[in-house]
Amino acid sequence: MTAKLILSLDGALIQEYPLSKERMTIGRKADNDIVINNLAVSSQHAAVITILHDSFLEDLDSTNGLAVNGESIKKHFLQNNDVIEIGKYQLKYLNDHVSQTSADDFEKTMIMRAPVQHMQPSAEKSGDTGLFQSIPAAEPEKVSPGITEETPEKSSKPVMAPDLVVAPAPVAAALAAIQILNGPNAGKELDLVKGLTTLGKPGVQVAVLTRRPQGFFITHVEGASFPSVNGQVLGGQPRQLQDHDLIELAGVKMEFYFKN
Amino acid sequence: MKLEEALEIVSQTDSGMVRAHNEDSVATEAACGLVVLADGMGGYNAGEVASGIAVSVMVAEITQPLKDSSPIKRDEETGEELAVALLSQSIHKANAAIFQAAQSQAQYAGMGTTIVSALFYDNRVVVGHVGDSRLYRLRGEILESITRDHSLLQEQIDCGMISVENARHSQNKNLVTRAVGIDAEVIPEIHLHDVQVGDIYLLCSDGLNDMVEDDDIQSILYAMQGNLVLAAEHLIQTANDNGGRDNVSVILVKVKQGFAQQRSRLAKMLDWLKK
Repeated sequence: MTAKLILSLDGALIQEYPLSKERMTIGRKADNDIVINNLAVSSQHAAVITILHDSFLEDLDSTNGLAVNGESIKKHFLQNNDVIEIGKYQLKYLNDHVSQTSADDFEKTMIMRAPVQHMQPSAEKSGDTGLFQSIPAAEPEKVSPGITEETPEKSSKPVMAPDLVVAPAPVAAALAAIQILNGPNAGKELDLVKGLTTLGKPGVQVAVLTRRPQGFFITHVEGASFPSVNGQVLGGQPRQLQDHDLIELAGVKMEFYFKN
Repeated sequence: MKLEEALEIVSQTDSGMVRAHNEDSVATEAACGLVVLADGMGGYNAGEVASGIAVSVMVAEITQPLKDSSPIKRDEETGEELAVALLSQSIHKANAAIFQAAQSQAQYAGMGTTIVSALFYDNRVVVGHVGDSRLYRLRGEILESITRDHSLLQEQIDCGMISVENARHSQNKNLVTRAVGIDAEVIPEIHLHDVQVGDIYLLCSDGLNDMVEDDDIQSILYAMQGNLVLAAEHLIQTANDNGGRDNVSVILVKVKQGFAQQRSRLAKMLDWLKK
């Protein structure tokens, strides 16, 4: 299913436009793919470039500009449910490609048979609007022919859902910290916000505290001195930490505790 | 200094949390400083077959000639060092072997694989890759990707259509523009890099870098550089904790000492005369 733009004015639906072409233009003049006959709209206002399942919106130096989800933009990588504002009109971008996939389809690496010729390297900085504008005219023809002759598993689609990639782990894990109990840094508290917190100096003496979906762990990495938890010296295996565990590493005592 | 003593090499592969098969293959040959990682694709078990052929052909084609020839011996016609020529040739041979198998057996039709490979010699490393498997280097505290993916997304980034930030949300993430075994010919990308003592090299399949941010890879490698086995386990564990949607493979190579190639007196003399 191809992505589409839905044109509406004050909440009233006007028309649906499937993004069936690599480059579709939006403007006041009749030769645009999406015609909006309103004086606030430039004759050629914007273009949407679609490459496989990704679409990009670009302002074609219009007089009144473009906004996506309330922010004015020159170019934009469209995401499902984005709302493009042109004058008083709204164009909603829908790409339900994501929701149609099953877990099996995820991230199977696929081969593009006809290798895409190398796009001309440019001296301009990436992110430069000028560069972006120069490509669409030449680029789509190169990419289009038979771009995804897939491997035998015809059914699997090379799709990735952005919202599903982010791991739920960091959200689920509780907040925790360690407090140093002795020595010059006594009283110091260290929040364990990162996935990995290093204790010691790499190359010399290191133990790490790792945050995983199932909790916090301490692991000895290197060095002659092994950490101990509640008086028990660790082996090579990670050990899960419990609230108010007492850690001792090379003479420094620390307390581990949950913050909520 | 012998390569085996100069380099510490660790590899690990895991099918991940979702896939039933592991289509990745890895091989390490400490004696000649060779590491190869391949991420296969194709139906049924064709992915495993393709990556397996790639790895075994490359290992055989490189280790055999290096038994009695020096990696720095230059080809008289091309002027190319043997190590560089072998790496490139072996990828071509792997390509031919996979392509032939795919042509001759229906169940393997269309199979292919990515390859990332590194051959360490004479205080340098020659890197050959095809597809989106990567080689990273940790030098000091800086982690850098040394290979550039042959993927649609990378080409979109290169021409400024999409920013690196937005690229993480792209749906075209796993389309490779080059692969081994798909066509009769393949163009491997080959580069030579200087090696420094203390460098750590990470070869990985996209199952790692799609699931774990570069910053997190950096902090794991940096913190665990003293314990490569633990670092490899931890990288895979992190990919799996984050969802593990694909097979995950890693090879870690740590440079503990220099490994300049012994040159014979005659060779030294010739080098001197050439100057």
